[in-house]
Amino acid sequence: MTTISDSLRSGLWTDNPGLVQLLGLCPLLAVTGTFVNGLGLGLATLLVLVLSNALVSATRHFIRPEIRIPMYVLIISSMVTCIQLIVLAWFPALGRSLGIFIALIVTNCAIVARAEIFASRNSILASVRDGLTMGAGFALLLCALGAFRELIGHGSILAHLDMLFGGEPSRGLALFDGGFLLAILPPGAFISLALFIAGKNELDRRRQQKNSQLQRRSG
Amino acid sequence: MSNEKSSPQIWSSAVILAVLAAICTALVAITYRTAAPRIAANEQAYLEQSLAPVLAGLSYDGKLSESTLIIPAPHDLPGDAAVTVYRVFADAQPVAALFVVSARDGFTGPIKLLVGVAASGALTGVRVLEHKETPGLGDLIDSSRSDWILQFSGRSLGSPEVSRWAIRRDGGDFDQLTGASITPRAVVKAIKETLLYFETHRDEVFARNTATADAGAEQE
Repeated sequence: MTTISDSLRSGLWTDNPGLVQLLGLCPLLAVTGTFVNGLGLGLATLLVLVLSNALVSATRHFIRPEIRIPMYVLIISSMVTCIQLIVLAWFPALGRSLGIFIALIVTNCAIVARAEIFASRNSILASVRDGLTMGAGFALLLCALGAFRELIGHGSILAHLDMLFGGEPSRGLALFDGGFLLAILPPGAFISLALFIAGKNELDRRRQQKNSQLQRRSG
Repeated sequence: MSNEKSSPQIWSSAVILAVLAAICTALVAITYRTAAPRIAANEQAYLEQSLAPVLAGLSYDGKLSESTLIIPAPHDLPGDAAVTVYRVFADAQPVAALFVVSARDGFTGPIKLLVGVAASGALTGVRVLEHKETPGLGDLIDSSRSDWILQFSGRSLGSPEVSRWAIRRDGGDFDQLTGASITPRAVVKAIKETLLYFETHRDEVFARNTATADAGAEQE
């Protein structure tokens, strides 16, 4: 039985769906032009992941191996449809901005992967927790990529937050004018993600080095 | 032997799948029933809200969506598809017509424009509804990115003259955008074509009142 902190570390860092497993790259790269888009799709994905994990786990005793994939597809696609309707009804501006990418959460392999790897073998509570931590890992990465690309590409940060929280339309904090165009174009998405992955690997490597040095010293 | 064993398994699998499908469908149906009125209201509000910037504060009767006119292709307006016109009336007198046209010759595909023309023939305002222009260059036509599109308010076919309805590089009166001339050229051309159409079809646009309202109802 894993503890919450293990589960958090796995979802946010060691097994991060985007950074390590490289799952769900299509939405991850397509919508992260701005922070608010990243946050919106991140939250929607998180919600779908929690709900689908809970449902898959709840039905795991009825699931036969040979029909498990159609069942996952059914559960995930109906959850996504519900979330899409909810976003369109209560967050219309965000729905317009994310467009087809809410519906495309269906094709996010991170979700079916968690259903297969985790939820189909664990209790409902553990599955919900797994959905929360994995979803949080994915959402945080979307936010970080969105903020990074928005800052470099538009020179602003937190623009259009009104789409999610209502209120007056805002252009966000404009830090500088112009911006480096490449960052918000599709290649910029790949380059930014690559930088993030490289940064993560470098951090991991340094920590490992430190640990082995400590071990050598104590040994 | 394996056949005897697997047959009931297949049946129970099918039943499980069917039950799950029914549950999932019910969930979606309930969500839809709850959300549908709000979604419809949102779309209505979004339409009125997106038309507001080109109305220049004009007051009008009723709902804009109720005085919609659809001009089928072929027509002399920009774009190949049928054009939607929202007609604005105050005390049954025509005030303005709002055209949703698309400039075909954008840099990366058509640019969907909302062009508001007052009954007098002057522009009440222009806004870009949809475009795929290059971020940072052509997308400055969008009012959320720059104020470029605002320069058209109040202009008409007499101001400037028809021959000067072009960007400066082409000898016209309108500012281009740094690093992008194809996009603004396409927008200016589309606005000019809309104004020319309005000039010749003005009465027709406002007159086709009840007839097109019926046609619109039939289409729905």
